[in-house]
Amino acid sequence: MTPDNLTRSFDCVIVGAGHGGSQTAAALRQSGFTGSIALIGAEPEIPYDRPSLSKDYLAGKKTFDRMHLRPQDFWGAREVELLLGRHVSAVDPTARTVMTDRGEYFSYGQMVWAAGGDPRKLSCPGSDMAGIFYIRSKADCDALINVLPDAQRIVIIGGGYVGLEAAAVFREIGKDVTLVESLDRVLARVAGEPISRFYENEHRARGVDIRLNSNVASLEGVNGRVSNVILASGGRIAADIVVVGIGIIPSVGPLIAAGAEGANGIDVDPFCRTSLPDIYCIGDCARLKNGAGIRIESVQNATDQATTAAKAICGELRAYDAMPWFWSNQYDLKMQTVGLNFGFDSVVTRGDPVSRSFSVIYLKNGAVLALDCINSPRDYVQGRKLVDSAARIDPAALANTSRQLKEIDLVTS
Amino acid sequence: MATISVRTRDGELHSFEGRVGASLMENIRNGGFDELLAMCGGCLSCATCHVFVEELPASASLPIPSIDETELIEGSDYRQENSRLSCQIPFDETLSGIVIGIAPED
Repeated sequence: MTPDNLTRSFDCVIVGAGHGGSQTAAALRQSGFTGSIALIGAEPEIPYDRPSLSKDYLAGKKTFDRMHLRPQDFWGAREVELLLGRHVSAVDPTARTVMTDRGEYFSYGQMVWAAGGDPRKLSCPGSDMAGIFYIRSKADCDALINVLPDAQRIVIIGGGYVGLEAAAVFREIGKDVTLVESLDRVLARVAGEPISRFYENEHRARGVDIRLNSNVASLEGVNGRVSNVILASGGRIAADIVVVGIGIIPSVGPLIAAGAEGANGIDVDPFCRTSLPDIYCIGDCARLKNGAGIRIESVQNATDQATTAAKAICGELRAYDAMPWFWSNQYDLKMQTVGLNFGFDSVVTRGDPVSRSFSVIYLKNGAVLALDCINSPRDYVQGRKLVDSAARIDPAALANTSRQLKEIDLVTS
Repeated sequence: MATISVRTRDGELHSFEGRVGASLMENIRNGGFDELLAMCGGCLSCATCHVFVEELPASASLPIPSIDETELIEGSDYRQENSRLSCQIPFDETLSGIVIGIAPED
């Protein structure tokens, strides 16, 4: 990259216009940043609420204009230049430039990488046929919505939150749904077994055919359009369309190529700084080194890390320590999660899953790590304080629903 | 014309024309008040659109908060008698003149 090729210069370039990138821009202005800001987004839309895609938007219950994170004129009023419909394909940390797939160069004083991730694609034979959909962007979702009227038999591959939320939407509009999960339970990577079994029961009760321990061997098609999902066990499932929700791959290639430390995510310190000078990384694609060493894919994490990075850029170094939380809506079930359950060694089920209002509490060495609360905002709110203080509570007391969580005595040992 | 007045955390009061049919949260967000995070997008899963209803037009009434809303507000360190989650209040002409304060961030 040579300076001659520079098209524009900004004091701060933000790569990625999702929850993290857009909040970075807003937080920079709130913190008094007066320099020029560019917000580069891969999608053509102004920043919007991504979690609604697999819920109300897919269900046709929410129009897109109600999903804008900020109104169109907000960005102009805050002097944030939106550069949409562009992928950043290269970063030069010495010249301090980013290059886009349109051949543009933008130089930066500070850069925040908030590029999120792309959906992990199926790689089995037949996975390049028509009729296979992902749910990550508005364009993904629109393509799926367009074919729904002509698709009755839907096979969902992947029993994570996206797959389960989509299954709920499809059943509510009367589709035949089969959900294929390679592990022995849904939500296996994120939730404890009582939560997995509860959601399996709920979906089955509503007619979802859940196939656990099932690997997809290939997809068959007619005239280049998918017609059957073939399982490794030999089973065949007829499909008008296939919807894939098997996680994301963090979009970090250009930053890794530029020399940033990381692999499956960019390593960042508690201020969201990468190993490269004046380059920060936040959200789905950031891996907090001194935390659990994992990436966290949530709106809360993206938003709060954005504020951390923006403050750091403005000279206020405040280590990221926000309380993690997350939600999922399926049917009439509202799940709220607080804390991170990584490394838990025991779980307590508080309340009866049959009542459809209960919580699962995750403990490590006797201390509360996290809670998953189903239709139980009271436990979610009160449990937050237990997570915050890593409270040590007798498991029998935690399970006793005759007392609220805030009324339970701590273990004094 | 239906107006909404919003007191930001610095104490300043801002008035603007609200959009009938959208929630108070959407109106505040669309009014450009970036202090209101409304992280869950209005699906009653968080409490980041917490506001104080400072003044209500004499003839107006607000929907009774659901149990879920009440529980979520109880988790805020800044809960007051007039606390509401703004995503749970549809805005209409009867609310014209309402004065809302954005609650501190928990």
